[in-house]
Amino acid sequence: MLTREKLIEKALLLLALSAIGSLALITIFIFLEGLPIILKTGLSHFIFGAHWAPTKGHFGILAMILSSLYVTLGALIFGVPLALGCAIVLAEFAPPSLTRILKPTIELLAGIPSVVYGFLGVILLVPLIRTYLGGPGLSLLAASLILGIMILPTVISISIDAMHAVPTLYREGSIALGATQWQTVRKLVLPAARSGIITAIILGMGRAIGETMAVIMVAGNALSIPTSILDSVRTLTANIALELGYASGAHREALFATGIVLFIIIMILNTAATLIAGRR
Amino acid sequence: MNPDIITIRHLDLYYGRFHALKNINVSFARQRITALIGPSGCGKSTLLRVLNRMNDLIDGVSITGQVLIDGENIYHRETNLMQLRKKVGMVFQRPNPFPLSIYDNIVYGPTLHGRPNRNQLEEILVRSLKAVHLWDELKDRLGQSALSLTEEQQQRLCIARLLAVEPEILLMDEPCSALDPLATLQLEDLMQELAKAYTIIIVTHNMQQAARVSSDTGFMLLGDLVEFGPTSAIFTRPRDERTEDYISGKYG
Ligand SMILES: Nc1ncnc2c1ncn2[C@@H]1O[C@H](COP(=O)(O)OP(=O)(O)O)[C@@H](O)[C@H]1O
Ligand SMILES: [Mg+2]
Repeated sequence: MLTREKLIEKALLLLALSAIGSLALITIFIFLEGLPIILKTGLSHFIFGAHWAPTKGHFGILAMILSSLYVTLGALIFGVPLALGCAIVLAEFAPPSLTRILKPTIELLAGIPSVVYGFLGVILLVPLIRTYLGGPGLSLLAASLILGIMILPTVISISIDAMHAVPTLYREGSIALGATQWQTVRKLVLPAARSGIITAIILGMGRAIGETMAVIMVAGNALSIPTSILDSVRTLTANIALELGYASGAHREALFATGIVLFIIIMILNTAATLIAGRR
Repeated sequence: MNPDIITIRHLDLYYGRFHALKNINVSFARQRITALIGPSGCGKSTLLRVLNRMNDLIDGVSITGQVLIDGENIYHRETNLMQLRKKVGMVFQRPNPFPLSIYDNIVYGPTLHGRPNRNQLEEILVRSLKAVHLWDELKDRLGQSALSLTEEQQQRLCIARLLAVEPEILLMDEPCSALDPLATLQLEDLMQELAKAYTIIIVTHNMQQAARVSSDTGFMLLGDLVEFGPTSAIFTRPRDERTEDYISGKYG
């Protein structure tokens, strides 16, 4: 019996190790493929170079880094206030029975394939922007709006959990001092749930910066530093997806190097989220 | 002035279909300590929470009868709950300081009900913390989290937080149950001091505590207020057999 237990234990350990191992291999692979070109071009040229013409030997990804950051920032500007408002209503004001139905429904939205969001963006949003605001329609604005919607489920759901984690004892203490429900939320629940809410926002940010398909479909993918929200932009992820199919040699390496930059940005975000969530 | 600050008439309370308080009729004296005793589950906390309408937060509660505080029925449709709860404050069984600084805990209440300026807040802070004898201990660490205090300090802070909104009635629901015996005695001393200016209703399952601190005592059993009277009378010459059984320890 003991040997059988041991065997199962070993098998599970092997499975766990292989999962971690394959992640490690992917990481190593990306770095091996991408680092040489960064070293050759020079890190600052690679990151701060504005000229991307890979077939002619120019590997500057600044325009894409900025586009990714702008699109993500835009997504937060549209998505976060909406998500927080929604989370506050669902966590604190709506009848619990309604929240029990609506929260899983909202979480379901996270499972809709991103190509569907992109499709809706192209069909509905892009023509509206083109007609009423001008420009090509396929734009920084369109990408920000679509991403803003896409991060809603993550931010709402985690924020609700954070607010629900604030003990009833605190709420009762506040109400018993004569606070209204809204005063209690504003002065007590939100500050107490702050670290959870910040985590939610950072995870939403990670989702926005990593999103590829929907962005390719609505952002227009022009290779330049945007000067207006109606300009067409190409993000880091979009660039990799668009060019990997035909890239070879140094060009291919430069795309892997772009992956390294993304990888590091997302690692920083996740570490920040973990640190903030762990703090009390 | 009417010596009774609270008068309850024909009060019935149901949690859904469960009859938790049965035809309660009683008056509580102004600036005295009144104790409610009885075995666990008899409705002491429920009766206490009737007085600041905290039961309103619970779904499915229905209440009939009258609760008069200074002659006004607090279950009247037009009662201002915020004003009521400012006047009738509550100390909970587990100390529940907010996860904020000591300073922010004290100014929390006053800033709900008005816009006191810095000087006024300072004055409220000093007065409230002095009233619970925390000022000397805490005056140099007001910025620290209230959660870093000991349980006894936390409970005192909760009382100070309450005094900061200038209530008239303090409801205390087993305020010493998280404290050790020495801290319990010290908190009882504090209650005696506070009773000079405030009306205190305390729920306790500790009969010695009721005997030590209160002027009047009510004994509750299964939703009934079985007997109510001067504490000395309840403990030495109970009229009801059930009270006598409880006091002599038959219910445990
Ligand atoms: N929120 C509630 N919903 C339903 N029943 C409750 C609720 N709170 C208390 N009760 C019931 O009411 C009775 C009195 O409770 P409580 O006032 O807390 O008693 P005590 O404080 O004397 O221990 C108990 O039987 C308890 O189960
Ligand atoms: Mg109780």
